[in-house]
Formats: sequence, structure tokens, C-alpha cells
Amino acid sequence: MRTLKYLLQKEFRQIFRDPSILRLIFIMPVIQLIILPFAADYEIKNIKLAVIDHDHSSYSRNLIAKIASSGYFILTNYTGSYSEAMGKLEHDKADLILEVPVSFEKELVKESESKLFLAVNAINGVKAGLGSAYLRSIIQDYNKEVRTEWIQFPRFDPETNIAVTYSNWFNPSMNYKIFMVPGILVLLLTMVGANLTAINIVREKEIGTIEQINVTPVSKVHFILGKLIPFWILGLAVFTLGLGIARLFYGITPAGNMMTVYVFAAVYLLAVLGLGLLISTYADNQQQAMLISFFLMMIFILLGGLYTSIDSMPSWAKAITKANPVSYFIEVIRMVVLKGSGLADIKSQLLTISGFAIVLNGWAILNYHKRS
Amino acid sequence: MVNEKVILVENLTKKFEDFTAVDHISFDVHKGEIFGFLGANGAGKTTAMRMLSGLSMPTSGKAMVAGFDVYRENEKIKRNIGYMSQKFSLYEDLTVRENIRFYAGIYGKSSHFIKEKTELVLDELHLTAEGDKLVKSLPLGWKQKLAFSVAIFHEPRIVFLDEPTGGVDPVTRREFWHMIYEAAASGITVFVTTHYMDEAEYCDRVSIMVDGRIDALDTPQQLKKTFAAISMDEVFLKLARKATRAGD
Repeated sequence: MRTLKYLLQKEFRQIFRDPSILRLIFIMPVIQLIILPFAADYEIKNIKLAVIDHDHSSYSRNLIAKIASSGYFILTNYTGSYSEAMGKLEHDKADLILEVPVSFEKELVKESESKLFLAVNAINGVKAGLGSAYLRSIIQDYNKEVRTEWIQFPRFDPETNIAVTYSNWFNPSMNYKIFMVPGILVLLLTMVGANLTAINIVREKEIGTIEQINVTPVSKVHFILGKLIPFWILGLAVFTLGLGIARLFYGITPAGNMMTVYVFAAVYLLAVLGLGLLISTYADNQQQAMLISFFLMMIFILLGGLYTSIDSMPSWAKAITKANPVSYFIEVIRMVVLKGSGLADIKSQLLTISGFAIVLNGWAILNYHKRS
Repeated sequence: MVNEKVILVENLTKKFEDFTAVDHISFDVHKGEIFGFLGANGAGKTTAMRMLSGLSMPTSGKAMVAGFDVYRENEKIKRNIGYMSQKFSLYEDLTVRENIRFYAGIYGKSSHFIKEKTELVLDELHLTAEGDKLVKSLPLGWKQKLAFSVAIFHEPRIVFLDEPTGGVDPVTRREFWHMIYEAAASGITVFVTTHYMDEAEYCDRVSIMVDGRIDALDTPQQLKKTFAAISMDEVFLKLARKATRAGD
């Protein structure tokens, strides 16, 4: 126990003496949490639309006005030539082209039916998909307006319509920030936890102080605890800070019990720190440690369920997310923050993450050799 | 117990894949002796020293350090030795006092012992005024002396020094050797590697390693006689010239 006391004292002294570590631990999360959620927006706005209007009728102008007033589109080009609009699309000045044919109004009035043409720049798949969907629904809406205008007495609707109404549970206003902020906090915690421990130990390897400790009677377990405990405390401090920002800047307060989140975060941190330790036992220098943790971090982020839904991934990718600790925490923090889940609801995730903690730390202890 | 042997080595060997770094070396070191461990770069000195201090697993052979077996009781060995590696290994971002406290603490010394002895050591090193300064602000010679004091602070039976005076000025080297003598006089066995042949003359006995083997082992006087040399420098050159292994 006394050995551990000396190890911890030394570690805390070094951490608090290094301003760059403190900056990294506290200022980075604050800035990222304040900036990222505003940028990482799921909603697609500012879609550049080029309109080719061959008709120049009141109906076509009404339609275009309706599209422009929706707020999703910026009318960048209004022209009569298809090739000009296509040029805009090719030069990335337009994401969508809407072509209104010459006899749009005439056919609409005479035949009660007319055609529109839509060309989509699909380089940015999300923007293209959502953009054309928005546009279609606006046109449909317009279609309905025209119909109600004409069919004065709809005693019986000639077409059977199924009207779908929505009710968004747990996030009634579909506020994406409530969805994103907790997820980003999880990523920050992961990065702070795994990177700092890995780099800290590898640095001792580089300087040679680890050899000096290996030649003392300090046991492996004490040495590793001496590294885990300080970063565990720091991690929880960062987490608390992050929750504070979520409340202060985004008004996000967990629907569930705060303790539930903390219990999970505490175990999760052990797993992440264990990963950092494990990396440090394999890496010989700081560059290697950085590269390994960047590699893992990319996978963790992309297959963590923050930006993309795990449910819609192919089955092999879903299998990978099972080995990704980040995906569990993102799931849990969303459950607790949005749905108000309690400890009983997150039991299986908690058990899994405890398993991660045991395996990663155990592996790190086995792989750390005092003697080569 | 005048001739108590604190290090006993028999056919100790370390192989790295097909390269034999240390090739069947045998020797013993007596209590309180200053044992010089010489050899060109790459001769295998550091590897041998790392095996004896429990940092490296021998491939074959026998070795007892402070009465403990290097294979099975390496953690017990660690309680009884001090080690100063080639790389400077105090924490540069801790102060002089904090370094002493940390290393003494993890050897299990009591706070009372640490407190009292720290002041004594700082006084001997003339570092009392610098006690609360960060180690990185000290000049190299002072750092090396401090590292030696830290290595013997917990009063080990044996201290291993790997080129402790590398890059240090002659005055500091002389002071350093004064400290080594004092440690030996207090009963600590000193096992030291060096490249300076004048330092070899200060040792009680000297071994010279060539290509992983010990080619000569005796007192400096006797070695000079055997090799018909006027200085240790000449003895070393005569032996080291036979080396076929490239230095590192």
C-alpha cells in the first residue's frame, strides 16, 4: 500500500506540473464539445438548387417560390438552358437541378398531369438523398395544393390515402444535439483515457525511467495501478466537465439517474485505460503508440454508432461493433439521457464493459514484463 | 566472513536468437569489493549486468546475487541491489527531494528514514540549496552524482553502475570515485563498468570482456604484470584488439 502511495504521489506531481497535459485534458474537451455539435449536424441545409424553367408560367413560379421558401434550398441559378445548369452541377455550384418543361402549366390544366425532371449530384450521397427527398415532398405538397384548389367539393376522395402521422418518442423535437453531445462526450473520454495512459507509459520507456522502476521491487500490479488510478480520476473529472457543458450550453440533463451514467463511466474508463496500458506494452516509442491508438480510434468512431446507425450496418460491421467499447457507452448514455433508463436496463452493457475492463487490463498485466 | 561472495556466476550465457551476447562467463565478486567490468562497446557488459540485476532472463548458466538465484528469486535480488543505468533515469520533472523520496519510498523505506537521510545526502552532495529545484536544471555531473546517491539510498548490498561517469568532466569523475570508495567502505559491493582506464586502476579487481567472454580477471597490478604492460590502457588494448565483433 505504501508503495502505491509513493507511485500515485509521483504521478500526480508530474501531471499537475505539465501544463500541456492539463491543457489537453481540460481545454480540448471543452472546445470540442462546444464546437463539434454545431458542426456535426444531421440536417441537410443550404442545398444549392439550379432551376431550369422552360415554362415561365405562374404555376412554375409558384412552385419555385415554394421550394425557395422551405429554408433547405438556396436558389443558385435560374435559367432557361439545360446545359448551363448542368455546367453549374459539374462545377459544384449546384447540388440539384430541377427542370420544368415547356408546357408545364398547360398540361397541368388540360391533362391534370405534368412532369418535372430532377438531376442530382450524388458525390455527397447523404446530401443528394436527403435533398431530393425534401424536394419530392415539397413537390408533392404543391401537388396537393393544386388538387384541393381544383376539386372544390371532395365528397369522396377518389383515391384511398393512408395518412401517416408521427410522434417522436424520447426526443420529441428531434433535436440532434441531444443525440450528438453525449456521443461526442463518450469519444472524448475514450481518447483522453486511452491516449494519455499509453503515451505516459511509453514516454517512461523512452526516457529509461521504466527500467529503473523494473529494477526495484515494485510489483507489476502496483506499477499498473499507479498509472490507472490517476488517469481514472482525471477521466471522471473530464466526464463531469463534459456533462456540465452539456447542461450549460445545450440544456441537456439526463432523463435518468445521474448515478447510472457515472457507474457506467467508471467501469468504462477502466476498460479504456486498460486499452491504453495494453498499447503501451506493445509500443516502443510515442509515435508507435500514437499510430496504434489513432488506428483504433478511427474504427471506434466510425463503428461506434455516433455518426451512423449500427442497425443499418452490414452484419460483418455489426460484428465489429460488438468488440467496440465505444458503441456500448454511446448506447447507454443515449438510453439514460434520452429515455431515462436505470441500472437494470443497462445491465447487459455494464456486464459486457466489465468484461472488456478485465480482459484488457489482464492482458496488459500479462504482457508487461519486468524482465526481458 | 571476510571473503563472503555476494555474486557468483557460472557459465552465464545470453543469446538473442542466433547472436550470443554473453558467452559462458564465470566469476565471483566479494563483499565490499569494487569490481571493474571492462570491455569494448558491444562486448556484452550491459547484457551481463542486466541479467545479474534481474532485468534480463539468462539463456543458460548459473548466477547467485546477494544469495538469491537469478532465475527464481529475481524479485528478492531487487530488494538488495541498487542500479544506475547508462541512460540517466531520474525524473527530470521532479525536484531533487521528490526523486529521492520517490525511489526510497518504493523500496519501502519509512518516512522518518527518508526525511533524515535526504538531508544528510543533500549535505554531502552540496545540493541542499538545490533540493527543491527540478532535476532537469542541474548540470550533468551533479545529476550523475545524485543518481548514484539515489541508487544506494536504500542501503543495498550491491550496487550496479553502468558507465556512471560517461560524459562527465575529470573533476566530477574524481568526486564520483570518491563517493564509490565511501560506499565500498560502508560495506556496499560495487560492480562498475567503465571505458576510462584510469578508473580501472581504482578497482580492486578488474575483468575484461571480449566478444561476450571474460578474457582476463585479476587485480590491476597482476593484470599489468601478466600482460607485460605499463598501464591498464595497454592491457585493455592488447585484449580488445582481438575482438572480431563490431562495436555498437
